[in-house]
Amino acid sequence: MHELLAQVREGRRRAIARLITRVERSEDAAREATQALYQHTGRAHIVGITGSPGSGKSTLVNQIAKAFRQENSKVGIVAVDPSSPFTGGAILGDRIRMRDLSGDPGIFIRSMASRGSLGGLARATSAVIKILDAAGYDIILVETVGAGQAEVDIARVAHTTVVIEAPGMGDDIQSIKAGILEIADMLVVNKADRPGAANTVKALRMMLHLGGGLSLRHHGETMTVSAVDGEKDPPEQWQIKVYETIAHEAAGVPELVAAIHHHAVYLQDSSEWFEREKDRSRRDVTELLQAHFMARLQAIVSQESREKMISAVAAREMDPYTAVEKLAGDVGIS
Amino acid sequence: MDQDKIRVLVAKPGLDGHDRGAKVIARALRDAGMEVIYTGLRQTPEMVVEAALQEDVDVIGLSILSGAHTALVPRIMDLLKQEDMLDVPVILGGIIPTDDISKMKALGVAEIFGPGTSTTHIITRIEEITGRKAVPGA
Repeated sequence: MHELLAQVREGRRRAIARLITRVERSEDAAREATQALYQHTGRAHIVGITGSPGSGKSTLVNQIAKAFRQENSKVGIVAVDPSSPFTGGAILGDRIRMRDLSGDPGIFIRSMASRGSLGGLARATSAVIKILDAAGYDIILVETVGAGQAEVDIARVAHTTVVIEAPGMGDDIQSIKAGILEIADMLVVNKADRPGAANTVKALRMMLHLGGGLSLRHHGETMTVSAVDGEKDPPEQWQIKVYETIAHEAAGVPELVAAIHHHAVYLQDSSEWFEREKDRSRRDVTELLQAHFMARLQAIVSQESREKMISAVAAREMDPYTAVEKLAGDVGIS
Repeated sequence: MDQDKIRVLVAKPGLDGHDRGAKVIARALRDAGMEVIYTGLRQTPEMVVEAALQEDVDVIGLSILSGAHTALVPRIMDLLKQEDMLDVPVILGGIIPTDDISKMKALGVAEIFGPGTSTTHIITRIEEITGRKAVPGA
């Protein structure tokens, strides 16, 4: 493992690929890799690309990657496709749309199966991002599974979230529903040459307008800034805009890439980059703590006595809160 | 929980456009519980090896119906050698004349599946070659 980690730091591609496999396979490997590489991460700009199946995510990722390569940035791509809930198998087909990128040593593409995670990413995706970050990739494009409305995990791992819509996906009330559109730092209407594209653009712009144009994402949540109660002017706010692209011919891509750059500058200038890092860290630590305490509990309290407690709850002899108090008391954290 | 999935690259190198067979195999391997990286048509040997390297696959599956295996397979094996990846088994499906089978095996191809091979047989052979199970713990 030690040698592998050293080779990853040198950017050796087979070492990167092998470490990713280990991290996907086991939580212990993810821990070891993260502990060793964490100090070398935090440099890459992580860009999430999400949207419904067939909206053109992979094709757009292909174009965005090409644009960044022209600026000499090294680009890592993590493309997630769904695992079958029945067999656990998967077909990972995102590379089909990325054949333009082959043969370029400045690009590393890795396909991941979601392996049962429901938020649009795989459990190991954030560890894989850290590996690519530590290996020296400047931009990391993370393509989610084809997302419906509620797969919003990407906003928690990316600095910049791009939400892609294709024309003809429903009436304009869809655009004001809660969920995926709320996590967008920028919106893209792809296949802009298709009928209905203008209506989709209009519906999305209306949605942004209804928000008053003054809502901004802060700490991963949408906050509305009141013009009245601020004692001083709020700092420059990020304006969510709608971009039109035709991914297969790269139309609109330069504008989108410029916006991605602009967003990175905005995040850094407004200290939101650090705020987002802090939120991510808070979530990482909280989740690991939960897992850690759970593991401790399972190590200390036998399954038998846990089962006994659960049966008591089922038989209405004890309420679930009391059961938890008793169990937590056994681990010494009541 | 540890997840030890078999990852298989399914690639169609060469210029013929018939990928139905490759798709049937990809689907069958998926249904067996494997993760299939499907790269699509008209892959160059360089693209195949690059994808196999980045995806860290356990098996490279090639589908060739054009008769170009005599040119493509040696090139792929050569590139695998350059990348120090000869430990990754290569399996070959499609139209491979009987006379060529021993040549392909001499090049290092682990297994050749001709027309009419059942998908169950392919799955079993992949499990045997990798020494792993498509559904871990099964």
